[in-house]
Amino acid sequence: MRELLLCPPDYYGIEYEINPWMSRARGAEAPLAQKQWKELHATLSKLDCKIDLIAPQPKLPDMVFTANAGLTVGRKFIPSNFRHKERAGEAPHFARWMEEHGYEIAWLPDDLYFEGEGDALFGGDALFCGYKFRSDIQSHRAVGEMLSCLVISVELVDPRFYHLDTCFCPLPDGAAVWFPAAFDEYGQRAIREHVADLIDVLPEEAAHFSCNAVVLEHDIILPEGAPKLVATLHDHGYRCHELPMSEFLKAGGACKCLTMFLPQREKP
Amino acid sequence: MFSETIELRGHIIDSLILPKVLDQILTHGANFKIGEVKIGEKRADQSFARIEVSAETSEALDELILRLRQHGAEVLERAEAQLVRAPADGVLPRDFYVTTNQQTFIRFDAEEIEVRPAMMDSAIAVDRKKRSARAVKFFDVSKDHEIVVGHQGIRVVPVQRSTSHTDLFQFINATVDADEPKSAIIRGLGRELQLARAAKGKIAIVAGPAIVRTGAGQHLVRLIESRYVNRLFAGNAFAVYDVERALFGTSLGMNPDLAFARGGHENHMRAINTIREAGGISAAVDKEILTCGIMYACVRHGVDIVLTGSIRDEGPIPGVTTDVVEAQKVMREKLADVTHVLLLATIQHSLAVASMLAPNIKTVCVDMDSSAVERAVEHQPLQSIGLVTDVEPFLRELADCIATAEANSRG
Repeated sequence: MRELLLCPPDYYGIEYEINPWMSRARGAEAPLAQKQWKELHATLSKLDCKIDLIAPQPKLPDMVFTANAGLTVGRKFIPSNFRHKERAGEAPHFARWMEEHGYEIAWLPDDLYFEGEGDALFGGDALFCGYKFRSDIQSHRAVGEMLSCLVISVELVDPRFYHLDTCFCPLPDGAAVWFPAAFDEYGQRAIREHVADLIDVLPEEAAHFSCNAVVLEHDIILPEGAPKLVATLHDHGYRCHELPMSEFLKAGGACKCLTMFLPQREKP
Repeated sequence: MFSETIELRGHIIDSLILPKVLDQILTHGANFKIGEVKIGEKRADQSFARIEVSAETSEALDELILRLRQHGAEVLERAEAQLVRAPADGVLPRDFYVTTNQQTFIRFDAEEIEVRPAMMDSAIAVDRKKRSARAVKFFDVSKDHEIVVGHQGIRVVPVQRSTSHTDLFQFINATVDADEPKSAIIRGLGRELQLARAAKGKIAIVAGPAIVRTGAGQHLVRLIESRYVNRLFAGNAFAVYDVERALFGTSLGMNPDLAFARGGHENHMRAINTIREAGGISAAVDKEILTCGIMYACVRHGVDIVLTGSIRDEGPIPGVTTDVVEAQKVMREKLADVTHVLLLATIQHSLAVASMLAPNIKTVCVDMDSSAVERAVEHQPLQSIGLVTDVEPFLRELADCIATAEANSRG
């Protein structure tokens, strides 16, 4: 059974602008956000997985996006070093929770930006890591050394897809869903060389954060608005659960951003 | 050229970071040299590459390095040059760094400073306030000058081979022996000098007395008259032979038809006396005492004449610098903006000039002695042509080529 960490959206809102999706003028509707988050929670709960909740903190509206808390492999938790000071306050809360729950905390050097599972996703036998907008490529090297695994560093070039999990989603059978235009030419080539079966997402569907999906064996929980991708995934034998995510999209997040795997993998 | 050494670590092969960085260097008009690459053996092993990146300007390099840092490149901290004060005037600290004639940079206070001028067999003095580094000879050194010692923090940039295949100097890049054909090379040289003149380059001739004695003076005069000579470096003897030829028709008493003139051995001394009496070569031209020959042509066409003395000199005639240290200074100064040098039939003078040339100066040496030719051009490895031949046919053919080319361009 997979275990996931979520954070209720009690303090969620658009209070600053650190990506092209965010606009304080177009704030999120709190009741609707609560409803959408609860629907995600309910969907995941029905899918045979254990859900842990971390207590939300005032003035940390993005704490709801637990994927960016860090990266968990086995019992080791590598906390994020957030690039933006607005989110830096989340790190100690996540680290404390993980420590209290028996995880070994492996800190990265302070000067290396790294935004956890948001920019680090295992696929096949490699850890794919995105860099430039949020994480530094130097952090990938450090993570690779900590975990002794192959790290494929890919440059993100479209600011709308500022984290790897907004444009790349590995699947359990070794395939992956991706939006190629979010990567530079070398990143695209590196991914093609390491992932045999790639499912391209159309630009209009990628804009709905279709790649920002939680994959639990044969179930895929993704934001609504990607009928073509859903059909393709269905053909690949997956069950898709499409959820409204409009209020979280306003902050540049969706299903995957709202969850962190505990752990993402047992072994690197 | 400015350069930095960068290091890349991580899964730089699988992530294609190494090819990306190399491609970025090239697409930004810079160059790279891979110093070391270690490829990880196992899947999880990280790889390593050390790369020297060089660009035309320091700004271009900084901008490029900034981009490369984004892809994980780390700039290798370079050691600072070590400085020690000169113990006395004209004395360098032990272990002082001896320069080559190649472009040289020192690392001082975390910056790269170019050593100017690029001068062989010198020391490097650093001025902290001006943040400058200059090549100094013994006589330039004063007590307490800060001098670079050891080899740390010094970077030498050899002249790069041209990427165009049309450069005559790099194409030949060897000594052409006495029994090898030379016409094509001399024609090529004629074209090169034409281009140099059009590009406002400065052409210097280092002339030996054999030019006068072989009767090649008239061909050199043709080059001067066509404005292919900006500066003439010679010894007292060359000037005196030329004046003797102009005044008496002999050089060292010998006529061009190889007959000794009656009382000819006196002509040499009388020529010196005539110039001394006139007050120098320019004065002799002005007073219409000297009315032909190479020195006359130089004065008439505004060629800068740099005459230096030697132990064997008679006279010397006025205008000859006889203090050797002073002569070195004058010669360096007069060579500073020269782009092309023809070293013609004079071993010692050619070697002296060659030792003062920056490595990018295009140099031609013509001499009967192949070892003299090789020694004179060895410091300009990619910028020189050596011709083992009598100077007279060389100058005749070169002057003919240039006359033809000039006539064609006029026609």
